[in-house]
Amino acid sequence: MRLTQGTFSFLPDLTDEQIETQVRYCLNNGWAVNLEHTDDPHPRNTYWELWGLPMFDLKDPAGVMYELAECRKVFGDRYIRLTAFDSSHGWESVRLSFIVNRPADEPGYLLERQEIGGRRMVYTTRAYAANKPEGKRYG
Amino acid sequence: MSETIDLQAAFAASGIKEVLGELDRELVGLAPVKQRIREIAALLLVGKLRAEHGLGSDTPTLHMSFTGNPGTGKTTVGMKMADILHRLGYIRSNHMVTVTRDDLVGQYIGHTAPKTKEALKKAMGGVLFIDEAYYLYRPENERDYGQEAIEILLQVMENRRDDLVVILAGYADRMNRFFSSNPGFRSRIAHHVDFPDYTPDELAAIAELMLEEQNYKFSPEAAEAFKAYIEERMAQPHFANARSVRNALDRARLRQATRLFETADRQLTVEDLQTIEAPEILASRVFSGGIEAKQAEPSQ
Repeated sequence: MRLTQGTFSFLPDLTDEQIETQVRYCLNNGWAVNLEHTDDPHPRNTYWELWGLPMFDLKDPAGVMYELAECRKVFGDRYIRLTAFDSSHGWESVRLSFIVNRPADEPGYLLERQEIGGRRMVYTTRAYAANKPEGKRYG
Repeated sequence: MSETIDLQAAFAASGIKEVLGELDRELVGLAPVKQRIREIAALLLVGKLRAEHGLGSDTPTLHMSFTGNPGTGKTTVGMKMADILHRLGYIRSNHMVTVTRDDLVGQYIGHTAPKTKEALKKAMGGVLFIDEAYYLYRPENERDYGQEAIEILLQVMENRRDDLVVILAGYADRMNRFFSSNPGFRSRIAHHVDFPDYTPDELAAIAELMLEEQNYKFSPEAAEAFKAYIEERMAQPHFANARSVRNALDRARLRQATRLFETADRQLTVEDLQTIEAPEILASRVFSGGIEAKQAEPSQ
């Protein structure tokens, strides 16, 4: 099952060229671009791990694309997302976030149903991949 | 190919003419440097035309080294170079990031590579100007992290030629030693530009320009005194060309302000506010035995 989240979740994955254009847009707005990765795709897992430091003071997307290539070399079998942080007063939060890399094989989620008192049902989802320990989940 | 190519039109369209004109107007002297830059600009323009007509080769190596004594305009020319390269479309923006050893080399193992990469990333799309580049290489300490920074630099200079242009700057003799101990650098640098020292007349012209920018001017006597000052100062140690001139002018402005305060009992005119008089120049300790004579305040 293809994981979708973030700004372009309804679109097919962006090509590198499109990613570069988005990064240029972010930099022109003065946002700092970050790369984050994870191998736990649960939708409630908001805190992904940061790749390197947030890239402040960049003028050109080449630097981000370079780091993305480096990150893919190491974590090519995980999810990588790109976030753009707006530090201006009043915002101070992420303005744009989208997935730039995904594992070749995404097994999807198990929907668990639990019956509790009074025949009520509680539901939870668990990624099949998360059954394996961290670092061994994909590939 | 019978199609004719209008070099002049391409030259006019590129807008380099304005940059070269600015270079001529704003920078005094430096004839060999300007000549070199004109040559480089011509080469790049022709290269661009060739590429447009299908005669393209790879992106040419654009990395440069600027050698010359302190205060000879290396950084200023670097910024102009960024402008030229940008107008010709060899770099994507005309920004220049100036770094020194401190910005590239880390303090402990594993610190250098991220630091160097950080600086490179900031410069991507523009020009990376490494001031006093020879400090990167410290032969006396074989465990110095400078070597690591050099390796990363060389790799990026080779592989990412489309993304950034590196300019190394520093004193001529030390740069030569640096290049001879790091042959990788010499072969990756296409243009070596040497900045000559300024003559006294050129320095006087620079002083006039600097004052004009700040809306000051010399009285005729002060102009004479400043010429004498330059002659004296050049003979003394730690002379840093245009930078020394700038510092001398800053101190003259300080003295002028003091003088205006001391004579505050009379009405001042706008003329008074912008004129630097001879005593302000002559009060310099350059005339009283030089900077070695009195070590109280640091000076250039």
